[in-house]
Amino acid sequence: MILTTLEGVPGKKIIEHYGLVQGSTIRAKHIGKDIMASLKNIVGGELKGYTELLQESRQEAVERMVQQATELEANAVLNIRFATSSVAQGAAELFAYGTAVKVED
Amino acid sequence: MDLLQIFLFLFLLIFGYFSGYYFEKRHYKSIRERERKTLHVPLVNFGARQPILEAQDATLFVGSVVVSIDYFKMISATLRNLVGGRVTVYETLLDRGRREALLRMKEEAITWGAHQILNVRLQTATIGGHSSNRSGPGSIEVIAYGTGVKLSNTQ
Repeated sequence: MILTTLEGVPGKKIIEHYGLVQGSTIRAKHIGKDIMASLKNIVGGELKGYTELLQESRQEAVERMVQQATELEANAVLNIRFATSSVAQGAAELFAYGTAVKVED
Repeated sequence: MDLLQIFLFLFLLIFGYFSGYYFEKRHYKSIRERERKTLHVPLVNFGARQPILEAQDATLFVGSVVVSIDYFKMISATLRNLVGGRVTVYETLLDRGRREALLRMKEEAITWGAHQILNVRLQTATIGGHSSNRSGPGSIEVIAYGTGVKLSNTQ
């Protein structure tokens, strides 16, 4: 599966178009990480626990998107965009979407 | 009890100020160093309406970081809220976050062997860093994503 933010795959022609595919996940914070983060909030700087958590969740959102594209028998997802929104106190939604296409091999 | 609370507040304020200052300085130093090191790979934020380059390979790269402000800055931003104007303490926070996210994406792409990174997008989201209700964003998340390409004829 080729994933790209461009509107085409370099060096390959698009032969079929399947429309929008998307994947999302909603994650709540881990209490242990939350306590660590609130301590880190005093001194400032990067919150590594959250960075990892969000990276994992984003990976999952992408995987779900890819799965949807695989079901459509696409072999590439173009023009991928990410979005994050906090839906409730302490929970965030991570969302990825793109256009599934088939490109020549 | 009240006296203890005031002491705790002052302690956090001073501790936050010095540690925040120290971490920020160290972070900026590492950012500048890594930016110099990765200068040879151009980052481009167009790509959608351009003719697509002749490239061997293209993949998505994502870099993300969650950064938070220190206690001193949080209090100073709250005070700034009363009078309005530029909130300089947040400016450095966002700047650091963006540059760090871009660098992470870039470094990942360089290890993969990218010659160029196209159509880069940046996005910022606020995360409620606190379970208690304090005003202002506790922490922000910045993500940078783009397509790394390997050019077929290495220029």
